[in-house]
Amino acid sequence: MTIRNKAAIVGIGQTEFSKDSGRSTLHMALESILEALADAGLEPKDVDGVVKMGANDDIFEIDLLRSLNLPNLRFFNEVPHGGGAACGTIAGATAAVVSGMADVVITFRSLNERSERRFGESSAGGGMTHWRQYTLPHGLVTPAQWVAIYGQRYLYEYGYDTTELGHVSVLTRKHAATNPHAMMYERPITLKDHQNSRWIAEPLRLLDCCLDTDGACAAIVVSAEKAKQLKATPAYIAAAAQGTGSRAEMMTSYQRESLARLEESESTAAVIYPLAQLEPKDIDVAEIYDPFTPMVLMQLEAYGFAERGKSPELFHNGKLELDGELPFNTHGGHLGEGYLHGFGHIVEGVRQIRGTAVNQIANAKTCLVTSGVGVPTSAIILSKEPY
Amino acid sequence: MSDKPLPELAGYAKEFYAWCRRGDLRFQRCSDCDAWRHVPREMCAKCGSAEWKWVKSSGKGTVFTWTVAERAMHPAFADAVPYAPVVVEMDEGVRLVTEIVDCAPSELEIGMRVEVAFAKVSDELTLPKFRRMP
Repeated sequence: MTIRNKAAIVGIGQTEFSKDSGRSTLHMALESILEALADAGLEPKDVDGVVKMGANDDIFEIDLLRSLNLPNLRFFNEVPHGGGAACGTIAGATAAVVSGMADVVITFRSLNERSERRFGESSAGGGMTHWRQYTLPHGLVTPAQWVAIYGQRYLYEYGYDTTELGHVSVLTRKHAATNPHAMMYERPITLKDHQNSRWIAEPLRLLDCCLDTDGACAAIVVSAEKAKQLKATPAYIAAAAQGTGSRAEMMTSYQRESLARLEESESTAAVIYPLAQLEPKDIDVAEIYDPFTPMVLMQLEAYGFAERGKSPELFHNGKLELDGELPFNTHGGHLGEGYLHGFGHIVEGVRQIRGTAVNQIANAKTCLVTSGVGVPTSAIILSKEPY
Repeated sequence: MSDKPLPELAGYAKEFYAWCRRGDLRFQRCSDCDAWRHVPREMCAKCGSAEWKWVKSSGKGTVFTWTVAERAMHPAFADAVPYAPVVVEMDEGVRLVTEIVDCAPSELEIGMRVEVAFAKVSDELTLPKFRRMP
């Protein structure tokens, strides 16, 4: 048995992305879920499954149930590892609908990440979990720093300077600039802007870092069979996978042989392509999780779009532009659209497959969406047609 | 200084830092396959053995990578910027996050030889920092 194209995303919803939503994460979650259900032609009473991301959204599951009135749930699950969980929720929902454990599964992400809890701030107040006992006392306290440690190593091993990080940011912001939904709509940047932006954690500058965002996104997963009965254009789930790496710590897996690559993403790629019966060259659009620019470069290599150490070239030859071979982060990603912990990437992937994106890629038949890095991760491949 | 985030001296961290307080940098070492490990864990991820000991490190290593904090990411480090959390690869193979006490961030180089230089924070806590080797 395979899951290939046996499930589909049939509904998507999202709130505005802002610096101050003015309402609770629960409220925004409900808005995006109801929009996604309506998009699919479904109602809350049809829902019998929920898969939730595990970290930091302050939503108590019972409040979600009470608000939507979901008396018929028979599958509910929570995926760990922060942003690494985003596509993992789709994977869980897929497993549920393909196995028959649920018919209609809600997945979502809702964050007041700008106005309430900024992930980019020091985690020192967040409790001294085991691994932090050995990092926080030395002032290694934020995600930008954890990732900078890898980024430094990547630049060193392959002999690059920080302009190669800048190109990632410039292209992503270019795509955000034509997305009215993006926080950085009509605000493209130049490489000079990148190089002149202030240091955050060398080798990362401000313009290497994702935005802080309030907002919510939701997606509804059903079986391919059920999708045929619904009004929305389905985005078939060609494959969904999760992946881990060796000697893992939370975003600080510094005991690994190499810090210039992402083992979790490589593991996920090794599973997802065979599952989809596709190769990297078959992917039409790539929505790559972009928390910090070095992680984009390492993922492009992990998912087979460039050899190790060669991904910066992709930003020099136009390959990742909207009219290139592999249009990348067509919505503007975390660096330009907003930071929805990978869920904005999923929603955009569905739009590209449906043909309704603002930066629509002509004839997009397949889309790879990846999730959080430096942690156990996940990815999905969406397809226009079941094959 | 005192409001910098400090380890909670419990469990393995209590033991790790207790050795530091005595002037010993020790890491877990598997009693069966001799693999060193850090951050401390219950069992050997290489061979699966639950038998291990705290074994004294040479205290010597090389700078593997670092990041320079140009702005305080935590209020307690406001006076410290710019400073660099550094990953040192010990000669035993394990890596740890630390600071190099006698080296400005701008002078750091990958491959630089360093040795442990214990930094007393309080009567209860000593941190393993490093200094350049002659």
